[in-house]
Amino acid sequence: MSVAVLPHTVKPHPITGVYSGKLGTWLFLASEVMLFGALFSSYVLLRVGAPHEGPAAWPTHDQTHLSWKIGGLNTIVLIVSSVTMVMAWANLKMNKFAKGKMYLAATLGLAMTFIIVKLAFEYIPKFTHEPPYLPSTNNFFALYFTMTGLHGLHVLGGVIVIAYFLGPGSKLWHRDPEYFTNRIECTGLYWHFVDLVWIFLFPVLYLL
Amino acid sequence: MSHGSNDHHHHGPDHHHHDHPELGWWRKYVFSTDHKVIGVWYAVTALVFLLLGFSLVMTMRWQLAYPGQPLPVIGALFSENVMPGGVMLPEFYNSLGAMHGTIMVFLGIVPLIVGGFGNYVMPLQIGAPDMAFPKINMASYWVYFVGGIVMLASFFAPGGAANSGWTSYTPLSVTATAGQTWWLIGMVFLITSSLLGSLNFIVTIIQLRANGLSFFRLPFFVWSQFVTAFLLLLAFPPLEAAAVLQLMDRVAGSSFFMPTGLVVSGVVQSYTGGGSPLLWQHLFWFLAHPEVYVLILPGMGMVAEVITSNTRKPLWGYRVMVYSLVFLGFMSFIVWAHHMFITGMGTRISAFFATTTMIISIPSVVILTALVITLYRSSIRYTVPMLFALAFLPMFAIGGLTGLPLGLPAADIQLHDTYYVIGHFHYVVAPGTIFAAFAGIYHWYPKVTGRSMNAALGKIHFWLSFIFINAVFTPMFFQGMAGVSRRLYDQTLYQHGVEVQGWTIMSSWGAWMLGLSQVPFILNFFLSMRAGRKVADNPWESTTLEWAAPSPPPHGNFATVPVVYRGPYEYSVPGTKRDFFPQHLTKAEA
Repeated sequence: MSVAVLPHTVKPHPITGVYSGKLGTWLFLASEVMLFGALFSSYVLLRVGAPHEGPAAWPTHDQTHLSWKIGGLNTIVLIVSSVTMVMAWANLKMNKFAKGKMYLAATLGLAMTFIIVKLAFEYIPKFTHEPPYLPSTNNFFALYFTMTGLHGLHVLGGVIVIAYFLGPGSKLWHRDPEYFTNRIECTGLYWHFVDLVWIFLFPVLYLL
Repeated sequence: MSHGSNDHHHHGPDHHHHDHPELGWWRKYVFSTDHKVIGVWYAVTALVFLLLGFSLVMTMRWQLAYPGQPLPVIGALFSENVMPGGVMLPEFYNSLGAMHGTIMVFLGIVPLIVGGFGNYVMPLQIGAPDMAFPKINMASYWVYFVGGIVMLASFFAPGGAANSGWTSYTPLSVTATAGQTWWLIGMVFLITSSLLGSLNFIVTIIQLRANGLSFFRLPFFVWSQFVTAFLLLLAFPPLEAAAVLQLMDRVAGSSFFMPTGLVVSGVVQSYTGGGSPLLWQHLFWFLAHPEVYVLILPGMGMVAEVITSNTRKPLWGYRVMVYSLVFLGFMSFIVWAHHMFITGMGTRISAFFATTTMIISIPSVVILTALVITLYRSSIRYTVPMLFALAFLPMFAIGGLTGLPLGLPAADIQLHDTYYVIGHFHYVVAPGTIFAAFAGIYHWYPKVTGRSMNAALGKIHFWLSFIFINAVFTPMFFQGMAGVSRRLYDQTLYQHGVEVQGWTIMSSWGAWMLGLSQVPFILNFFLSMRAGRKVADNPWESTTLEWAAPSPPPHGNFATVPVVYRGPYEYSVPGTKRDFFPQHLTKAEA
């Protein structure tokens, strides 16, 4: 008796036009939209409902101690990393494994740059400031740390996945290049989403 | 048994040795990626949790019926910290109440009807060899399992398990004992599990249907799982966000849900303040109302399968039922604040949510009516699953109709947070969904084991359960109408509670007898695995694809990939020899 093989893991379904992994990734991103959507909604509600004075009042621009320059730098870093991610996938699609890997490595480097900038120039100076800026300081900082922290965990997740496909995961290319390319495509979809979340976070936290 | 080379692809690059047909015992029966093994694990784990959650409430019911009296026999088993001299402390009562709700909803019913039945039956019904992502499926179960362990472990946290109700309303929950932190962490696991499961279900249904199985040829059960998966996928993440925010409030001292100047027991809290307790309720109910439909829709799906099999008739109004189901799923996202009428959020918002709540009752009634009309002029086979399915109809109707007054702000002011609410939603979930699940267990047991459950024991189980479950929940309507709050540890402290204490005692005895009534089921469940009558692949003479597979189905499910030629419920088709026309047979074969 033969075990039936799962269809549409690599080749797209003839009617839906996608392979299962890609559909799954999109659904996952839909749930992520709801996750961050809930946080952005909470931001709106808490900001609108904040008291006008006292320690719980919403801080003014100078009281937030966020530099748009550092935030802007990280925005550029992430946007460029999205471009390199697309280049990695496009090169793999054109059967250029070495070049694809190079762009993947560039994406990894940029992702780590983002995390390092975030920690070294933003998180750590805030924790070590006297008095420190903490989630308990007020709800602006609470939201700032929660939202950027959750986003940072997503970046870290991306770093782990990309590192896996650069390292042990890349063996798959030699067995089934199309399957490997698909996986990079799904990783890319996720990565663009992480990028997009930041593009919302940056103006909301740094500029508004 | 040989895996094709393509099989590597979905297993990923790190498993080279899958060519070997013989998996070790652990991989085959415990850490299996087979949807059927995972489904059985889900179902069995969930049934254990259901029994546990029920035991918690059976313990509480002693305190309610006989307040302040020591619990006989079992009371001595508990530590002196929670039940000194066998008398339950109020704090422990609160923990049991919160954990009863949590365990029943998140660890019992949803994992049973979605994780268990959905995993086992849905891929078979669509003619698929497995779920679209078998490894994610396995991960989903194990993450659920860890979440369950975290929840159980919370009983041993300082101050006991979470005690702020299953809704964990703030600011009470933020200032509560350590068990609440465990609860939040446990919830994050359970939410992750349901996310992994739901996206797997959707992809499987979209991508892996057999040839010829178009969407309008899907069994109603598959449709119910499809809509349910969307609810889980999109409604759970906001609760995850809310859990993270509450965790921040508890651990990092933020004030998301803490208002300015909060005073607890005469002490001003050190929180900065500026937060909104109402925000938690919005985020929580944004999940928890769709969750109510997660609890009921798969039940409706199972009942539809059982009813068509046993009436030998097509489902009446199949398409309308599907449209209603989809509409219901959509509407369930915009009714959540009917849980919050008395929070003072304003009459305009209340009017909006009252309106949507009235609208959402329409598709529910359409589905129920279609199921009832299916019975009309049929020659019903009164099998055990059919008895449970038949009982589901009026029970769910009582649950649904008693919900209408709660959806209207004026009536809700009187009834809110009374036993009436408990009676209402338990009628939906207990004699509703759990009866549907029992129907499903008796119906699909032959598919899973190749043997049928004993009908005599099944009927004893049904009639006892049916009588006693009504004895538990009917009195709650009277208590609620009398104004007894659902949160009271001892209602006899109030005159209006004393007057209806008789109903409380009846309800408690009902619960204990209901517990005893499950003994025939448990015996039947285990004994039938060995001693049950061996049955053919299609013992109920049903039409849907799962009955075309061998019982129990092997790894990969179908010997030959099925092709579907017709709709799901072609029973008693004029001009055919038999009274059922399976989906996978051509006219000539039938």
